[in-house]
Amino acid sequence: MTDGAHRLTLAAVTPGQMLPELVHDVTTTTVVQGSAAARVWRPMHHDKDYAVHRQGVRDIFLDTQTQCAWLERYLTDWAGPTARLGRLGTRMRTPVFPGDRMAIDGSVRDVETDDSGCGWVVLDLTIRVGTTVCTEAHAKMALPVDASDNPWTRHGDRWQP
Amino acid sequence: MTDVPADVPTDVLERVGVACHREQSGLPVERGAIAAFVSAARNGNPVFWDDAIADEITGGAVAPATMLSVWFQPLPWAPDRTEDAVPLRLHFELKERFGYPEAIMSDNVATYYEPVRPGDVLTSEQRLVSVSEEKTTRLGTGRFWVIDVEYRNQRDDLVAVERWTAFGYEADAA
Repeated sequence: MTDGAHRLTLAAVTPGQMLPELVHDVTTTTVVQGSAAARVWRPMHHDKDYAVHRQGVRDIFLDTQTQCAWLERYLTDWAGPTARLGRLGTRMRTPVFPGDRMAIDGSVRDVETDDSGCGWVVLDLTIRVGTTVCTEAHAKMALPVDASDNPWTRHGDRWQP
Repeated sequence: MTDVPADVPTDVLERVGVACHREQSGLPVERGAIAAFVSAARNGNPVFWDDAIADEITGGAVAPATMLSVWFQPLPWAPDRTEDAVPLRLHFELKERFGYPEAIMSDNVATYYEPVRPGDVLTSEQRLVSVSEEKTTRLGTGRFWVIDVEYRNQRDDLVAVERWTAFGYEADAA
C-alpha cells in the first residue's frame, strides 16, 4: 500500500508525457483471482479444457473487468489517490494468458480544464504482451489543479466527465 | 439513431431508446468484495485500504470505479431463480432475435459520476442505442449494436453510464 503522499497535480502533466510502464507476470492464479473477484463465471476464465476445446485458444485468459481493474490501478499508481477516474474505454484485441508478461503503458494525449475549473488528463493506454497489443484503452481522469484542490469533492454540474 | 438501416425489423427499431430490464443489484455494495477486487489487481491505492485517507480524500470508503458491473453479476446459482442468469440481457435478446449463434463485445466505454460506496444499492437500466445493417467482417456476417446501461444509487443519483458495442454474427462457412 502506498501512503497517499504522492498526489500528482495538473501542472505537473504535459501532453506527450509517457507514464512509467507496469509489468506483471500473469499466472493462472492472476486470471482466476481476477474473474472470481469480478464475479465473472464464464468458463473461459477458469476452465482450461473449455478455453482450449470450445474457444480454440491456448489457455484461460483475463476477463474484461479484471483488465479494467489493472488499468485503474495503473492510473492511480501514477497519479496518486486524489486522482478520480471519469471515463474509461477499452477495446479487446487478443487475450492475455497465464505465462504472459503483461506490460501496461500509457501516454498523455491532452491536458485541459473545463468550465467548472476541473482539471483533466486524457490518456492513451495499452496492455501488451511482447510486441503484441492485447488491449487498447483510453481514459479521462481528473487531477487536482493545485495542492488545495480535490476532484472527489465535485458533484453535479461541477463534475462533467 | 440518425440513420435507420432499411433491413432492421420494426420490432427491433421500436426498442431503440426505450429503457428496459430495470434491475437492482443483488446485494448492497460491501467492503469484502472491494478488498478482493483491488487485491486481484495488486492495487495499493490507500483510499481502498486506509479509512483515514479515504475520509480525507474521498469523503469515506469508495469502491473502484471499474468494479461497477460486478455488483450486477448474477450468482452462478440462487435458490429462487427460474431462468438462466444472464448479465446484459438486452444483448442476448438481440442475439436471439437475429438468430446469430455468436456475439462478441468489441468496445466498452464507461463514464463515472457519483462514487459507489459500501452500503449502496444500485439500480440499472438498459437501452438500445442503435443497430447496424447486416455486414460481413473477418468473423462472419452479422450486425453491430450499441447498448447503454445506466446505473443509479438508492438516492437516484446517476452513478455511471456504460456503453457497449457488440457484434452478433454467424461465422462464414470455410
